[in-house]
Amino acid sequence: MPDLEVKGKKLRLDEDGFLQDWEEWDEEVAEALAKDTRFSPQPIELTEEHWKIIKYLRDYFIKYGVAPPVRMLVKQCKKEVKPDCNLQYIYKLFPQGPAKDACRIAGLPKPTGCV
Amino acid sequence: MEEMPEKIEIRQRFPEWREMLKPVKELEEGRTSYLSTPKQVDSEFFKMPFGDVERDLHDLKLPENWKELFLEAMKDTLEKNRAFKLFMDICVRCGACADKCHYYIGTGDPKNMPVGRAELIRSVYRRYFTPSGKIFGEWAGARELTEDVVKELYYYAYQCSLCRRCSLFCPYGIDTAEIVWWLRRILSRIGLNQRFMTISIEASARTGNHLGLLPGGMVGAIQQGLEELKDVTGFDLHTYINKKGADVLFVAPSADYFATPHWFVMLGYLLLFNELEEKYGLTITWSTYASEGGNFGTFHSYEAAQLLNSKIYKEAERLGVSFIIGGECGHMWRDKHQFINTMNNPPKNEEWKKFWENPDLGELAEGLRGIRFDSYASGEHGWIHILEFTAALIEHNKITIDKSRNDHWTATYHDPCNVARGMGMVEEPRYVLRNVMNKFYDMPEHTIKDKTYCCGAGGGMLADEIMDLRMRGVMPRMMAVRHVYKKYGVNILLTPCAIDKAQFPHALEYWKIPIEVGGPMEMVGNALVLTAFGEKPEDRQYDLRGEPLGGEEDVQ
Repeated sequence: MPDLEVKGKKLRLDEDGFLQDWEEWDEEVAEALAKDTRFSPQPIELTEEHWKIIKYLRDYFIKYGVAPPVRMLVKQCKKEVKPDCNLQYIYKLFPQGPAKDACRIAGLPKPTGCV
Repeated sequence: MEEMPEKIEIRQRFPEWREMLKPVKELEEGRTSYLSTPKQVDSEFFKMPFGDVERDLHDLKLPENWKELFLEAMKDTLEKNRAFKLFMDICVRCGACADKCHYYIGTGDPKNMPVGRAELIRSVYRRYFTPSGKIFGEWAGARELTEDVVKELYYYAYQCSLCRRCSLFCPYGIDTAEIVWWLRRILSRIGLNQRFMTISIEASARTGNHLGLLPGGMVGAIQQGLEELKDVTGFDLHTYINKKGADVLFVAPSADYFATPHWFVMLGYLLLFNELEEKYGLTITWSTYASEGGNFGTFHSYEAAQLLNSKIYKEAERLGVSFIIGGECGHMWRDKHQFINTMNNPPKNEEWKKFWENPDLGELAEGLRGIRFDSYASGEHGWIHILEFTAALIEHNKITIDKSRNDHWTATYHDPCNVARGMGMVEEPRYVLRNVMNKFYDMPEHTIKDKTYCCGAGGGMLADEIMDLRMRGVMPRMMAVRHVYKKYGVNILLTPCAIDKAQFPHALEYWKIPIEVGGPMEMVGNALVLTAFGEKPEDRQYDLRGEPLGGEEDVQ
């Protein structure tokens, strides 16, 4: 399985580029994951809007053990990022979508169960 | 409208029978499931033999004595499970099942024919457990167990969704799902587990649900649902979570309070429960411990299934409920209808025992007298399916329905394999749908009810890495949907299964059928008039998706 090198440290990823151990994550790791073109067609430049969403995903995950449902993410985004935020806007920030890009960059594991 | 051919012919050149014994050389990407990592199968909550080794399909890292272990597990299975032994011996290779498998129709891979799939392990059985195979080897259709064969077994065991459509057409009633189930268990004895499934099993063993959602998250999600319902109905509604002394425990698949379009189904549940409590005093509680009805263990092995379904009876006993209502989940009903009573003891609390001596709802809520659970398809082990329950409420005139609120939907219904074939619940959902909406059309007869085509993602096949297989497997179902879409203008595909609801949005997009996906309880929620709260049929302005109600013209 692939590795990602950050600050001279090798981090383990899974086949789809998700961090194997969510506790190894920090902001520099997020930058490195966003720039990694093995798992997304284009590198993602992280802006303030990106960070707000990443931070929300991270907080929710640490509190409840999973990534938030997409509808909660949109609600939060309306509150904190942009009042007219919708799913299209989130796809604009994270081209491969909330699961494949946003969660991956936030260092969260892939969603499980029937979702 | 473009011309559609009357039927689609698939031309195939089949390999010789001796070639079928040779393991495949290349495992195709898009059809191969990832192997589990130690995180899932060497955890405190779910431990599998040799789970501590990180492996991939290029390097299986099998234990030294794997062959011995494999054959031992197989011998054990043959001795303890007569069905497995019978299915190994009895097949005459008539081919009746061959073109009944959606994965075979979609991939054209001869080893995906149900008989081909079973032959993979049957050939090993012949070699090691029958005299003719031991003596004549290949000439008796037997083959040596090698690492390549094991790889092939894994590859094809995880290209089956355990939907059992093939067994319906088998003159001997051979249940390929059962063969595959045991095969997966045998593979797990030498350390080969599928990752997607074991992630969910481990999460469910740890937190109570497949998502791995902690109690606070579940409560928060349901509360958000209640807030949305306030916007739709204007009423302050409530629900109970972990309430001791409630009449009923409600268990839904965890996706219902988390994912979309499952979400709208949960809103439907909440509306129904509020109406029943306000009108008849029947209290229904959720539980954060038994927070998952589904059971991915049923795709993996007997032990895993038992581990996951144990918590629900325990919780029913702790809360002191009289019976359990189960939500819109597919494999949950195979588990709860056919497995649970041989795996775990039913609750021993007084309320439960008393209720099931005379299972009439009037014992709990006088106004509901006359609804009896003794003859229900789902009721055998203390579980009632929400749709069967709703069908009874409608039949006994216990709830008020305004059909016209669903006039913007033209629906068709997909029978989940485990609900229709596994439990035999075929007419009840249709009865409910015909009563809550005006425009409901079935798909062609040979693709529904007991002959229903699989969604292509059940049985643990919902993993992202096998998307190619999923989109191929769902093809027959999609062609049937396309038929009713063109013929009747169907704009929503309803299904009471969480896996279906996760799979179909992708499938409809891939097969270019521009319709929505939902669940029957969403339609019930739309049409249900909250008379106990003083609601009038014309009061509701929005449907559960927040779209304004106002007839077809406005929506389309």
